[in-house]
Amino acid sequence: MDKGALGKEYEAGTVIVRQGETGDCMFVVQEGQVAATIEQDGQESMLGLLGPGDFFGEMCVFEKQPRGATVRALTNARVLTVDKKGLLRQITVDPTLAFNLLEKMSARIRTLNSQVAWMDGEQNLRK
Amino acid sequence: MAKPGDLKLQDGSRIAVIGGGPAGSFFAYFTLMLADRVGLDLEVDIYEPRDFSLVGPPGCNMCAGIVSESLVQNMAAEGINFPPSVVQRGIDSYVLYMDVGAVRIDSSRREARIGATFRGSGPRDVKDVKWDSLDGYLMNLARDKGAKHIRARVNKVEWDADPATIPLAERRLTLKTQDGKSQTYDFVAVTTGVNTALLKVFQELNIGYDMPRTTKAHIREYYLGDQAIEKYIGASFHAFLPTLPNIEFAAIVPKGEYVTLALLGEDIDNATVDAFMADPAVKQCMPPGFEFDKIACWCGPRINLAGSAQPYGDRIVFVGDSGVTRLYKDGIGAAYRAAKAASTNVVFHGIAREDLAKHYGAFCRAMESDNNLGKFMFAVVRQIQRFRFSRRAILRMAMEEQKRPPTAHGGMSMVLWDMFTGSAPYGDVFKRTLHPVFWSNLAWNMAVCLVGRQDVSRPTQSALESGNQ
Repeated sequence: MDKGALGKEYEAGTVIVRQGETGDCMFVVQEGQVAATIEQDGQESMLGLLGPGDFFGEMCVFEKQPRGATVRALTNARVLTVDKKGLLRQITVDPTLAFNLLEKMSARIRTLNSQVAWMDGEQNLRK
Repeated sequence: MAKPGDLKLQDGSRIAVIGGGPAGSFFAYFTLMLADRVGLDLEVDIYEPRDFSLVGPPGCNMCAGIVSESLVQNMAAEGINFPPSVVQRGIDSYVLYMDVGAVRIDSSRREARIGATFRGSGPRDVKDVKWDSLDGYLMNLARDKGAKHIRARVNKVEWDADPATIPLAERRLTLKTQDGKSQTYDFVAVTTGVNTALLKVFQELNIGYDMPRTTKAHIREYYLGDQAIEKYIGASFHAFLPTLPNIEFAAIVPKGEYVTLALLGEDIDNATVDAFMADPAVKQCMPPGFEFDKIACWCGPRINLAGSAQPYGDRIVFVGDSGVTRLYKDGIGAAYRAAKAASTNVVFHGIAREDLAKHYGAFCRAMESDNNLGKFMFAVVRQIQRFRFSRRAILRMAMEEQKRPPTAHGGMSMVLWDMFTGSAPYGDVFKRTLHPVFWSNLAWNMAVCLVGRQDVSRPTQSALESGNQ
């Protein structure tokens, strides 16, 4: 790991968070690539790939639910942990700190909306 | 007189930021970011004569350059991740040295979340610059948001019309620079720090500003080389609680091939520095036979002991050290929080003195209250240092905790971590000390150390490196 690197290094293939676990932090990718997958009815589906600057695990910060997905290092990756308690505390003092998170979460909802619309269209075509 | 909320920034409003250190760049960045979000078109000029790409004093803003754990996390949440070229060392632990022993304390996440940085491009003897300046990096972020960097030194600030006859809404502040040029602005953010004569100009402006109370710190850089850094210093922040009367705290921090020595306290002179260097704990930390007079670079910057009572006025705000900052610790993190409080104020609430007093003023008062609690806590630490058994008890308690998994209340390890790394407000540290488990453990360790006469064993270097005492 670079001497000036912040965060923690994960070897390719290492599970960083596991679906169903309770969480007290979110993560920000500093270097490398990680993959988020979700397991449902015994089947694993890829949710997406994340790279430097992307964050994951934020749902645990804002809702009291177990981790919704498993995230693995796809390449050797460096990831920074952001503590839930410290982040929420700072957001109460400075609500604008949440703007970037809200923007990224909003962009994800927008992407999901597009995917739902596309899948809906596909189903209609099959009918 | 303008009523609260009357005087606001509008499309085309011009803002001057005097000083391009972290406070100035943060203020420019977040003001432009917030303005963009609400569709407000602002023009922001940053006045900074220094070139941060230069080594030694011409490119340096004289500071130990520690980016705290909380700031690293907040910045990541903001979408700003410090690259390894800017952070010369990721810090994952600290070693506390006292005359009765030493203890290594790992971060609760076992993760490098503190950044050791050079404010400029490194000490004056650097031949081959391998890194980027923190101040230069932050300035570039502000420039990418649309701020303009004016490489000039401001030497005069005055109203463009007579305040006695012209209402506030119709007058602006004019900045004059050493090269004889002048420009008029709707709002001015002063982010110069306290190591400048310019602050006296603002007292003459009759806006109610009084300068912060300061004292002199001492910072040195030493060249150790990669191998010695890895062997003796590692990725740890080495903290000292010497029994010298005017040193509150000292630290040796690795940065690339160098270490930074920072001595904080009141009016630290050369005799105090020499006495500190002669301390066996300091010699234990550094390589054997290290020559302490081979200094790569040094400075004696002024640091705040108490903030300005009124760091704002009509159309003007003082952010960072020139206003209010944290006592001894986390100056860069304090600059970030103050800059955000000021940016939010000017974009959403207004730029008259009353608006700033209500919002930014409340932030500054809260930070000053926390600093007062910090002063009390440092006074308690001084009392603890008076007795050998209490010094041993603190180290023993922290050592025992490090052998077990972290607990929810954190214990002595977290109290020391937050107190010496600046990762949490002094109020939070104080609250940790009120936990009944903390008191019962402290009382037990005090009793053990009062009865037993042996010092806490001095850990070997390899034990300090591995964190296993």
